Amino acid sequence: MATETHADAAGHGSVGLPQLDFATWDSQIFWLAVSLVVLFLLMSRIALPRIQTVIEDRADAIADDLDRAAEYKRKAEAAEKAYEAALAEARARAQKIAAEARAEVQRELAAAIARADAQIAERMAESERRIAEIRAGARESVRAVATEVAQAIVARLLPGVADDKAIARAVGARLDG
Amino acid sequence: MATEGSFIHPMDQFVIKPLFGGEEIGLFTITNSTLWMFIAIGAVSALTILGTRGRALVPSRVQSVAELLYGFVRNMVESVAGPGSMAYFPYIFTLFAFVLGCNMLGMIPGSFTPTSHFAVTVPLALAVFFTVTVIGFVKHGTHFLGFFWPKQAPLPLRPVLMVIEVISYLVRPVSHSIRLGANMMAGHAVLKVFAGLFAMVVAAGLGPLAILPMGMMIGMTALEFLVAFVQAYVFAILTCVYLHDALHMH
Repeated sequence: MATETHADAAGHGSVGLPQLDFATWDSQIFWLAVSLVVLFLLMSRIALPRIQTVIEDRADAIADDLDRAAEYKRKAEAAEKAYEAALAEARARAQKIAAEARAEVQRELAAAIARADAQIAERMAESERRIAEIRAGARESVRAVATEVAQAIVARLLPGVADDKAIARAVGARLDG
Repeated sequence: MATEGSFIHPMDQFVIKPLFGGEEIGLFTITNSTLWMFIAIGAVSALTILGTRGRALVPSRVQSVAELLYGFVRNMVESVAGPGSMAYFPYIFTLFAFVLGCNMLGMIPGSFTPTSHFAVTVPLALAVFFTVTVIGFVKHGTHFLGFFWPKQAPLPLRPVLMVIEVISYLVRPVSHSIRLGANMMAGHAVLKVFAGLFAMVVAAGLGPLAILPMGMMIGMTALEFLVAFVQAYVFAILTCVYLHDALHMH
């Protein structure tokens, strides 16, 4: 076969190099032109537009996804902000309620203290009155005892002279004086 | 190919043969080169059309490779050819995909590499050359000739530089096509040389020594995969550079 092809190449002419056997050029150039035209039509009509569409679609899809992701992120951030605002508001309200409760308790406490003070004052007044009564009662008893004692002494020392009223007056004057 | 016998001619793999009998190769003769060009088209279409038929938002493995290829070429066109070049993106993608497909499929043992033939790379480069030149003139009119007149150079030097500019412009399709074709040819030829050496060493009864050409073949195969990609990339990126020159004139 080697010798055959050799003879073949030699038959077509010329030099040993098959590349320089110009008898084969017509066919090669013709079929090259056909091949290139066919390939160009296939590529430019079908393959390249299709691949371009696919790549663009993918780029669009990715861009869309990124947009959506950014949108979600923005929503999440807004939600976080709203949550924090709500939290701050709740905290403020809690503080206000606590302050109000404290004030209320304070007020009630003050009222209770005032009431207790009033009661204590009342009781003290009552006690003082009773002490005064007791003291008055005591003075009366002292007067009666003193008068009786004085009358008895006078009756023993000067029988028949005794003037009870004058004695009582004299004792009263001493006691009051 | 010529694997029978101990001697393998390294250039036999490049012989163009009619697929359906006959000896003469006419304009419409379908050859092994034609077959592998069509296989390359099939492979590229399978990747970019069948692979993306799901139009999945989360791509399958094949679809992500197709998208990777698309993004790779698109980036290259955008960054190298500059603004206003997107209209030519399908054209450059087709060139890159075709060259890459041919180069990579050529790495299959026993396959054929259409891009190892100058009959393929020269028309490819000329197509780029003429397209770019036409774009330049359509876009800038006769001002496009100013591309060859280096205004920032001192006046007496300008005519000399103009000659150099014109020559370098005209040489573009030559370097553009030879670079690709010669790289593919040389790599495959070297692989075949080492394969032949391997067979010769074994035939000479020096079995264990065959590890040397074997190792070289493994290394070269890896390198050739790299070259197959890099040359397709270089071809496409040079196309972008030329397009940039035509669109923006430096």
